[in-house]
Amino acid sequence: MEPFVKHTGLVAALDRVNVDTDQMVPKQFLKLQTRQGYGRVLFYDWRYLPGEKPNPEFVLNYPRYKAASIILARANFGCGSSREHAPWAILDYGFRAILAPSYADIFYNNCFKNGILPVTLTNDQMDELFRRTEKTEGYRLTVDLEQQIVTDEQGLRYSFTVDPFRRDCLLKGLDDIGLTLVHANEIAAFEKKGVRSPVMYQPVDVKFHREAT
Amino acid sequence: MTPRTLYEKIWDAHLVHEQAGQPSLIYIDRHLIHEGTSPQAFAGIKAAGRTVRRPELTFAAMDHSVSTKNRALPVLDPDAAGQFEALARNCKEFGVNLFDMHSRNQGIVHVIGPELGITQPGFTIVCGDSHTSTHGAFGALAFGIGTSEIEHVLATQCLSQFKSKTMKIDVRGKRQNGVTAKDIILAIIGKIGIAGGNGHVAEYTGEAVRGLSMEGRMTMCNMTIEGGARAGMVAPDETTFAYMEGRPFVPRGKDFQVAVDYWKSLATDPGAQYDETITLHAEELAPMVTWGTNPGMVTQVTSRVPDPHSFKDPVDQKAAERALEYMALEPGTPMQDITVDRVFIGSCTNSRLEDLRAAAKVVAGKHVAKSLKQALVVPGSRRVKVEAENEGLDKIFLDAGFEWRDAGCSMCIGMNDDVLPAGERSASTSNRNFEGRQGKGSRTHLVSPLMAAAAAIEGHFVDVRTWDVDGADFRPGKSRSDLNGL
Repeated sequence: MEPFVKHTGLVAALDRVNVDTDQMVPKQFLKLQTRQGYGRVLFYDWRYLPGEKPNPEFVLNYPRYKAASIILARANFGCGSSREHAPWAILDYGFRAILAPSYADIFYNNCFKNGILPVTLTNDQMDELFRRTEKTEGYRLTVDLEQQIVTDEQGLRYSFTVDPFRRDCLLKGLDDIGLTLVHANEIAAFEKKGVRSPVMYQPVDVKFHREAT
Repeated sequence: MTPRTLYEKIWDAHLVHEQAGQPSLIYIDRHLIHEGTSPQAFAGIKAAGRTVRRPELTFAAMDHSVSTKNRALPVLDPDAAGQFEALARNCKEFGVNLFDMHSRNQGIVHVIGPELGITQPGFTIVCGDSHTSTHGAFGALAFGIGTSEIEHVLATQCLSQFKSKTMKIDVRGKRQNGVTAKDIILAIIGKIGIAGGNGHVAEYTGEAVRGLSMEGRMTMCNMTIEGGARAGMVAPDETTFAYMEGRPFVPRGKDFQVAVDYWKSLATDPGAQYDETITLHAEELAPMVTWGTNPGMVTQVTSRVPDPHSFKDPVDQKAAERALEYMALEPGTPMQDITVDRVFIGSCTNSRLEDLRAAAKVVAGKHVAKSLKQALVVPGSRRVKVEAENEGLDKIFLDAGFEWRDAGCSMCIGMNDDVLPAGERSASTSNRNFEGRQGKGSRTHLVSPLMAAAAAIEGHFVDVRTWDVDGADFRPGKSRSDLNGL
C-alpha cells in the first residue's frame, strides 16, 4: 500500500448525500478478478451516456475538475455494499483523499486498506469547501495527515481528527496482515485454549461434507 | 461482574489480542466467501507467499452471478465464468468447502449458512458481502467486510477491529396480520435513517422480535446494514435452538446440549447498558413500500408519495427531489396507485421457505395481472427450492403466472441475466432500491413477500391487511422433513 503523508491537488465537488457504492462501481464491473483498472468505470451510470460517451452534466466530466485528486462529498458517503471495488475505483481514478462530514462504516474502513485518506469535517466546514471549490476554478487543497490539517492557498486551515492507529498505518503504508502475524503465537494459543467446547470451533464431519469440485 | 450485552459477550470471547489505542484482534469462527469478492483476496495470498490458515472454517458458495435458469448450459458471460473457475480453483488449492452451482446445497451464502447450520449462536462470522448481518439473527456477531479483510481472515483467521457502539432496537407489542419482519425493519430504517446505525451494532429485542421465526429474524438482521449498522443481532432462545437442532454442521447428541447451554449464556444481562435505544410499537406498523432510491425513503402502503418540501433539511429536500425524478413519481400520489411492471420474490432478505409460503398463500388460485411483464420467484437455496416443491408451492406460483427459478441472488443485484430493464418499475422483496441496483435505469420498490405477491396479482400496490393473509403456516401439500441429511 502506498503511504499517505501529505497531498496537494485539484478539488472536485460531488454535492450529493448518501452516495452508495453501487453508484461508484455498478454490478457489471464486479465480475473482474483484479484490483486495478476500475478508474474508468467510477460512477459509471452517472458519468457516461449510452456508448460510454461522457455525460457533460456529471461533475467529474466538467473540464475544470479534470485531473482532480481530492473529492468533496456529503454525508454517509460510501453506503451500501461492502465491495472494495469502490475504493479501488476512487484510487485508480486518481483520488487520494476524500473530504466529507461522514462515511458508511465498511467503506471508511476499506479506504484505509488502500492508501486513501477519508477526512471527516463538520457540515459547516464542508459547506465552506463546497462554496470555495465552486467559486474558484482550479481550487486546490493540501491534506496533511502528519499535521492533521486541511489548508488552501487562501489561508483556510481546518484541523481534523483520525484514529491514531489508522493514521500511523497510512503514514507508513503498513501491511495489515503483516501486523497481525506478529501475534501468530497468540492466535495459536487462542485456538488451543478451548474456552468454549471444542465443537464450537471444529465443524462436525467436515470431510464428509466437502464438496470441492 | 459488570452486566454485558450480547455483543460484548461475543466480543470478549473472541479477543485474541488487545492493546490500548489500537484495534483489537478478534478470532473469526466462520468465514463465508462467494465468487464476486474473493478472487483478489486469494490472488493476494498467493502473491505474498501466504496460505489459508484454517481452510475448514471457510465456506464458499456460487451465488451472485449464477444463472437461475438451466445450470446444465455453459456460462456464456466470460467474466462470470472466469470468477466461477477462479473460486473452484482457489477452493481446491487451499482445501476450502465449496457449494458450487451444481451442488444440491447451493444457494445464496446468507441462506445456506443458516440452513446448513454453518451459522451458529455465539460465533463471529464474516463475509465479503454487506448482508452478512443476516447471520446475527442467531445471536452471532456477523458483518460484511471488504476484499482486503477477506485476505486478512484467510491468512490469519482473525480480524483487526475497533469495538462498535451498541444500539438497542426494541420492538414492543404484536404486529397486525399482514405486517411482516420486512415491514418492521423498513419502518426502523425509515425512523433512524440509512446512516442512523453508523458505528453501531444493533440488537433487536421486544415481544414483536421474540415472536418472529428465525426466517423473520434473518430478514430484520439482513437489512440492518441498510440502516447503517454493520451488524444486527437477536439473542438466541428456544426458537433458535429448535431451528438449529439436526442441521448438518450443528453438533449432535451430548454436544448439542453443551452447545445449547453455552448459547443460553449469551443473552444480554439485565442492567447492561446500550449506547443508544430506539423503541417502536409493532401494532402501529403497517405494510411498508419504498418510494425513493434508498431504503430509508419508505412509507406505509396507505400513505402517499411525499412532497420533497415536507422535509426540513435542504439536503433531504434535494435528495427527495432527485429520487422522485429518478423514480418518475409525483408527490402526493397514493402508494396504492403505483403500478408495477415486474415482481421479484427472492434475495437474501426474503427467499426462505416461510417467505415463499406467505407469497404462495396470497397468489393461490389467482393469476398475475395482465399488465405485468414478469413475475419471478427465485428460492434462496436449492434446499428451499426442493422443500417448496415438496409442498407444491412451485405449482401454485406457476399456475398463477409466476416463473419458478433455480437458486441465486438474481434480480436483487442483476449480475446474471435477471435484470430489470431501464424505466421499468418493480415490486421487489430484496434489500436495496439504489439507482440502477436491479439494472441501469430501473426503478425498485422494496416490499415484503406478501406485498410483492399481492402487487403481482393486482398490478399495483395494495394493502395486504385487507386480504386473508399471514401465510407463514401455509402448507398446501404434504411436507417432507427428511432434508437434513446431505
